[in-house]
Amino acid sequence: MKRKHWYDYLWVISSLYLILGFFNILFAWLGLLCFFIPLLISLFSGTKAYCNRYCGRGQLFGILGEKLKLSRNKPMPNWLKSHWFRYAFLAFFLVMFGQMLYTTWLVFSGVTDLKQVVTLLWSFRLPWSWAYTTPVAPWVAQFAFGFYSVMLTSTILGLILMLLYKPRAWCVVCPMGSMTQLVCKGKCAIKNQK
Amino acid sequence: MKRKAFIQTKQCVACGCCMKVCPRSAITIPNGVSAQVDLQRCVGCGKCAAACPASIIELSEVSNETQTLV
Repeated sequence: MKRKHWYDYLWVISSLYLILGFFNILFAWLGLLCFFIPLLISLFSGTKAYCNRYCGRGQLFGILGEKLKLSRNKPMPNWLKSHWFRYAFLAFFLVMFGQMLYTTWLVFSGVTDLKQVVTLLWSFRLPWSWAYTTPVAPWVAQFAFGFYSVMLTSTILGLILMLLYKPRAWCVVCPMGSMTQLVCKGKCAIKNQK
Repeated sequence: MKRKAFIQTKQCVACGCCMKVCPRSAITIPNGVSAQVDLQRCVGCGKCAAACPASIIELSEVSNETQTLV
C-alpha cells in the first residue's frame, strides 16, 4: 500500500467546485486554476505532474470507477483513443472555449445581455439564475456561466466515459492532458536538438 | 522467463495511472512524454495494465538475458 500524500485528496476540491456552482456561479472563476496550473507546470517544469499527481477530477473518476466499482472497466474503442480523435476533440474544445470568450466579450461590450443559463454538452440550456446571487458586472457573471458550462460538460463526458470504459478513460481524451503533453513533447524535442 | 510490462509509448497519453498503481515504483514519465518501465524493477504484476485507461500496456514473457540488456 502506497503512502497517501496531501495531493491524493484534491478530488475533494474538484467535487466541492462542482457543488459550489449550484449555489454561487461566481465560484466558477476558480476553475481557471485547472487551466493555468497544468499549462504552467508543463511550460516551466516540462512534466505532466498535474495529470500524474494533482488532477482532482482524475482522482474523482478513479474513486467512482474503481473504489465504488461504477465502471464497466472495459477497454475503450480504438477510434476513441486514436490520435486524430484526441486532437480533433482538443480543437473542438478550444473552439467552444473561444466561443465562450466571445460571448463574454459581447456582454462586456453591451452588444448582448447576460444569459443566466448553464449550457450542457454545448446544446442543452438549463436555467441557472438561482446561483446568481452576488451582483457583479454582467461580463464577469457571463464568463462564470460559460466557464461552469465547460467544466460541467467535461465532467459529464468524463463520467460517461468512466461508466462505459476504464475509470480514468477521460484522461485519454482530456483536452488539458493533450495540451500539456503537446507542450512537453515540444520542450523535449527542443532539448534533444540542443 | 519472467513477465514484464511493456508500454506502446506512441499511444501513451502520460496520464500517470500506471505510475500511481505500480507497487515497485518501476514506472516513470520522463519529460511528460510517455510512461517508461524499468524492467529491472518490474515484477510483472499487471496492475499497470489493468489501470491504463488506454489499454496500451501488455505483459510479455522475457528471458533473463533480455532483462539485463534493457
